[in-house]
Amino acid sequence: MKILVPIKRVPDTDQKIQVKPDGSGIVTDGLPFVINPFDAIAVEEALRIREKSTDVAEVLAVSVGTEACEPQLRTALAMGADNATLIHCDAPLDPWNVACVLRAYAGRYQPELILMGKQGVDDDFSQTGQMLAALLDWPQATFASKIEFLGGGLRVTRETDAGLEIVRVSLPAVVTADLRLNEPRYASLTSMMKARKKTIERIPTAQLGVVIEPRLQLLGLEAVPSRRKSVRVGSLDELLVKLRDEEKVL
Amino acid sequence: MRVLILCEHESHGIRLCSRSAVAFANLVAEQTRGSVECLLLGHSVAAVAQDAAAYAPVLVADHPALANPLADRYAKVISDVVKQRGCDLVVAAATTFAKDILPRAAGLLGGAMASEVIGHEFRDGQLCFRRPLFAGAVVATVALHGRPKLVTIRPSAYPAAGVRAGHGDITAVAVDEGILPKKTEFEALQSKLSNRPDVTEARIVVSGGRGIKSSEDFERLVGGLADKLHAATGSSRALVDAGITPNAFQVGQTGKVVAPELYIALGISGAVQHLAGMKNSKTIVAINSDPEAPIFEVADYGLVGDVYELVPQMIAKLDGAL
Ligand SMILES: Cc1cc2nc3c(=O)[nH]c(=O)nc-3n(C[C@H](O)[C@H](O)[C@H](O)COP(=O)(O)OP(=O)(O)OC[C@H]3O[C@@H](n4cnc5c(N)ncnc54)[C@H](O)[C@@H]3O)c2cc1C
Ligand SMILES: Nc1ncnc2c1ncn2[C@@H]1O[C@H](COP(=O)(O)O)[C@@H](O)[C@H]1O
Repeated sequence: MKILVPIKRVPDTDQKIQVKPDGSGIVTDGLPFVINPFDAIAVEEALRIREKSTDVAEVLAVSVGTEACEPQLRTALAMGADNATLIHCDAPLDPWNVACVLRAYAGRYQPELILMGKQGVDDDFSQTGQMLAALLDWPQATFASKIEFLGGGLRVTRETDAGLEIVRVSLPAVVTADLRLNEPRYASLTSMMKARKKTIERIPTAQLGVVIEPRLQLLGLEAVPSRRKSVRVGSLDELLVKLRDEEKVL
Repeated sequence: MRVLILCEHESHGIRLCSRSAVAFANLVAEQTRGSVECLLLGHSVAAVAQDAAAYAPVLVADHPALANPLADRYAKVISDVVKQRGCDLVVAAATTFAKDILPRAAGLLGGAMASEVIGHEFRDGQLCFRRPLFAGAVVATVALHGRPKLVTIRPSAYPAAGVRAGHGDITAVAVDEGILPKKTEFEALQSKLSNRPDVTEARIVVSGGRGIKSSEDFERLVGGLADKLHAATGSSRALVDAGITPNAFQVGQTGKVVAPELYIALGISGAVQHLAGMKNSKTIVAINSDPEAPIFEVADYGLVGDVYELVPQMIAKLDGAL
């Protein structure tokens, strides 16, 4: 069995994001990038599945994007992924484009399981996995907090607004990882060094026969100013008076 | 534009969040001289359909195979309805229900989708959407290319629609079980029954962070204050990770987005990921022992102090006052 883990490169979540003066994008000079935190969870889960099972042949990390995605693929390798592929594309991508590329790649690679993040924490789309599952006509289990192998399929616990939902899906399937699926391991320095020596396969998008046509086009960005009163109150009584008499919320 | 609203429902009627989706749909239909319809999927949902008809004409796909919201089946029915009726725009509230199902339907319908929409406008006659990025630090304006377009909207951005004059028609959608995908099966739903309001629907939310040390303390302090104010309880991710609160409580970029009239943050530092989920609340109060805590920058009213001392006093004062 092969597990495919799509990985997105996102700005480090601790960084302050600045919009370019013309609103065309964000300032990326000096901005550190990381593997999307949910994708690190997906990698971790794939590794745990492989460690527990005898029939997982390979965990393959894949990114769709520019050469800049390489460090995040190396991080996945350092965590323990067997191989990594960079599907090269310089054009801006939306969830539909990524899903189309991954569908084409899955057709070639034939994984039994595609494990990915529930959302990229840069754009917060939360769309790619579901679109990919639709395009492949595979079942999906999104927002997974537990994955069990059962009789040739999966039993997945999903985090929903209504509570924990348990579904069974047949394989092949797309599963998207929620925060509480696991705690991803850190890649050690030595494994980072080893990962540096691995070859990352590169495939141009065109070779997969996919034409990138945008469905979602960015027209512009604006920074969001904070418009708060930021009043420090000295006591509970003062707070209660403000809430009751000024804000009239009590 | 012909706008279709994917409605989410609970036992007796459509959810409040879906009425926000109706409000969005009404606006767009008005601005484009179009029409709106609700789509309801489920099993034995006649009463819900009646409720939905108070807001718009309703299409109902009622079938035992749709008893639970399985994404592959629901997306198939939705995409068939959209194609049959030639809908231009499909909208649902951005809840886990729609976040699971709608992008899958978009995958079947050509992929023009925007999630978490907080505003819309027309630029050169083209419908554009505003949506937050980077934990809410930035807002993007985007255009969708293709037809139909699909969007999820944040309920906080569109006040819930009221009932309209006259009852909408209720039309049954034929469901052919033979063509529904059968690769997913529902096993169980472990819902946490709570006597407190839903955190996304409450007028007041009281939230606790790592400043609260145990489940008992959470219930006594956060729960105690919430009950005094008829409020919902929420928490930061830190408490969910520590097992002190269930994950349904998590407010933030990767949890729930709330915008109540009053949000009270108790022992929460104010990380950007938490702020993303609550900074559009009308009034924000923060109580934190650290005067430098970033939460004070977004709070309207900040009080420096120990929640273990201040919250019991606040409960007592409210007892006296109310
Ligand atoms: C990808 C990603 C997604 C995330 N998503 C979310 C999300 O959706 N929601 C979310 O909340 N977080 C999220 N986080 C985590 C976030 O970054 C913070 O770690 C988290 O919000 C911190 O929670 P906290 O404020 O409760 O804890 P802390 O940051 O530890 O703050 C605790 C605060 O309590 C105060 N305090 C301590 N004792 C007392 C006392 N007795 N009285 C008063 N004050 C006291 C302290 O001064 C401190 O300010 C995410 C992180 C990542 C990387
Ligand atoms: N460019 C990309 N390359 C590889 N995987 C991606 C890419 N974009 C998104 N993904 C995957 O899709 C998931 C959901 O992303 P999104 O729909 O953008 O929120 C991510 O967590 C990744 O697993």
